[in-house]
Amino acid sequence: MTQMTGANMVVQALKDQGVEVVFGYPGGSVLPIYDALFQQNDIKHVLVRHEQGAVHMAEGYARSTGKPGVVLVTSGPGATNAVTGMTDALLDSIPLVVLSGQVPTFLIGTDGFQEADTVGITRPCTKHNWLVKETSRLSATIHEAFHVATSGRPGPVLIDIPKDVQFAEADYIPREKIKVPHYQPRTQPDPQAIEQLVEWIETAERPVFYTGGGIVNSGPEASRLLRELADATGIHVTSTLMGLGSYPASGKLWLGMLGMHGLYEANMAMHGCDLMVCLGARFDDRITGRVADFSPNSTKVHADIDPSSINKIVRVDLGIVGDMTATLQATLDLWNERGRKLNHEAIARWTDQINEWRAVRCLRYAPSTTTIKPQYALERLEALTKDRDRYITTEVGQHQMWAAQYLGFEAPNRWMTSGGLGTMGYGLPASIGVQVAHPDALVINVAGEASWLMNMQEMGTAMQFRAPVKQFIMNNERLGMVRQWQELLHGERYSHSWSESLPDFVKLAEAFGCKGIRCSDPAELDDAIMEMLDYDGPVIFDCRVEKHENCFPMIPSGKPHNEMMMGEADVQGAIGEKGGALV
Amino acid sequence: MALNIKHGSSSHSAYDLRDPNGEIIESHTLAIMVDNESGVLARVIGLFAGRGYNIESLTVAEVDHAGHRSRITIVTTGTARVIEQIKAQLGRLVPVHEVRDLTIEGPSVQRELALFKVAGKGDARIEALRLAEIFRANVVDSTLESFVFEMTGTAEKIDAFADLMRPLGLAEIARTGVAGLARGA
Repeated sequence: MTQMTGANMVVQALKDQGVEVVFGYPGGSVLPIYDALFQQNDIKHVLVRHEQGAVHMAEGYARSTGKPGVVLVTSGPGATNAVTGMTDALLDSIPLVVLSGQVPTFLIGTDGFQEADTVGITRPCTKHNWLVKETSRLSATIHEAFHVATSGRPGPVLIDIPKDVQFAEADYIPREKIKVPHYQPRTQPDPQAIEQLVEWIETAERPVFYTGGGIVNSGPEASRLLRELADATGIHVTSTLMGLGSYPASGKLWLGMLGMHGLYEANMAMHGCDLMVCLGARFDDRITGRVADFSPNSTKVHADIDPSSINKIVRVDLGIVGDMTATLQATLDLWNERGRKLNHEAIARWTDQINEWRAVRCLRYAPSTTTIKPQYALERLEALTKDRDRYITTEVGQHQMWAAQYLGFEAPNRWMTSGGLGTMGYGLPASIGVQVAHPDALVINVAGEASWLMNMQEMGTAMQFRAPVKQFIMNNERLGMVRQWQELLHGERYSHSWSESLPDFVKLAEAFGCKGIRCSDPAELDDAIMEMLDYDGPVIFDCRVEKHENCFPMIPSGKPHNEMMMGEADVQGAIGEKGGALV
Repeated sequence: MALNIKHGSSSHSAYDLRDPNGEIIESHTLAIMVDNESGVLARVIGLFAGRGYNIESLTVAEVDHAGHRSRITIVTTGTARVIEQIKAQLGRLVPVHEVRDLTIEGPSVQRELALFKVAGKGDARIEALRLAEIFRANVVDSTLESFVFEMTGTAEKIDAFADLMRPLGLAEIARTGVAGLARGA
């Protein structure tokens, strides 16, 4: 046992956990920890411009590496600024360890300077949190926190550390010496359930795999097994927003994303299938549409590491609690063992049906030679970057849906987006977090101008830490998705959904010391994108796009999967009174 | 627009506007073993409040001092599906060790302790005392104008006694909430 201060303990525990980088912002009640960070060289610290940015950076880091992201903030406003990011990570199951300073124990409860009830405020937006009142418990708590953040369904955790606990000395307990935590979620699926699943796969006539972020969170092996199972069985694969990349976009069985702005073939396959195998997704309302009419004639199987996800929204015929790698491995092994049986004839007919749906080409749009269509911008971005070592982040809104539709992902951990919480302002800091983890990769944030402004201060962070992130802002001077909904169900009354007084993004880039590019002519777009890619540093790209483009296909609120709007002609009276109440 | 979204539909998908009264509402008694640590009760209660579940009664106390374990007994109501969801949500809280549903996991005993202050004179006072004997309630405090009765029993028995005391001068009730154990070894 080694005696050390609480502050040194924090740094030692992070090193023991293999942490390479911390995203943070100093303040009064974390000064001892910052002092300890100053006196070492193993852990890099990225100084952000706002604590929300720190958490999103840690999310980008975590999502692109599979490792937990670490955040360090001060008490009071430092902690409250981190709340949005933690809620975001909770909904998207991103492992984070957030360390917050707190006023000294003897001041807790006195409304001290920069005091907030951090564990109280963050209780509902973390997987678990701790207030450490004794230095002797600090190291074990940090190790347990990493265990909780990364075990089972991952998520954010927070450790609140009063300043006197950071100063005091105690014995450091190394990672391998701590008591085994009782929190040990089940990861191995029930063999009987796997047997039932395999039986159903063997006889299914119209099967579909509906995959989600759980595959990505389980690690690259889960994606490899999914590919092996899909390719061996010929079962088509669709994915939620969070699961893009688990099955390659170039794969012949890829249906594209499903849900509200999902592809026609994906939603029709979900509606018409007779066996739905949900792997690590959670039947979110953006996915199901009207639950009563959701995939009405299918046998539903739901495999998930979180038992509370099963039967939460859609009643399933078979629930399998397990890690996706273990579940896919067991399924593949048993299916092989039983002789790789399939209903080939029926699946061939089903494949023909899917190809008919594909022939609708639901992502067609009216091209233009005078204005840049947002879909065109993304098609060109895809064409010019798909062969590179590329990572994409997004903000939230129309551009996010278009990016999910028009960009292809060949591998997991390449797509970082705020799915569950829908946090505008996520993409810019997330792109920096990704770039910090992958310094030589091409990292692009596909953004809308309104979202991007929410955390634009982080361009300073990108400059300071030489993160050559490319900010591809599709600027329609509108809150595009809000505008679209106002057009569809609020009588075209565009209440406060335009971006007034926008900055000149090229001058803004110059002010930050990076490169600014503006493009509004489709004929010049390729050259402009190449200029962005060739620049060795951060770029703010102001891509002036069509202002009134709507995002299709769209399942209107309150409608089932087979009632999609495919374009402007379908818009009239699409959303009924009941649907109008939904978000 | 008259939308009339029913209270309680929040536990379903945002697209699910079914009448939540279309299914039978059940009452369940859940026993939850938790680490006796700071904030654990807030976590459990916060889960119920945040997800729109009901709490009919709640009892909590440490039951294993050496092991730092507390037992929380919650009586909750909901459709069968909501009850299953409540148990699954409780089960994934980090300090929760075990969730038992005493209502469906075999026979159980469930008891509640209540104190009743009944103020009155003359016949009403005598009648209150007579009824207390029938209900096996103990007198734990007495003045010339009041009694405090102590009674242990099921929630229904306590409700029944309270109904009888009301016209006889019932002034105050304190109830502990339900504690329960599964029958047998």
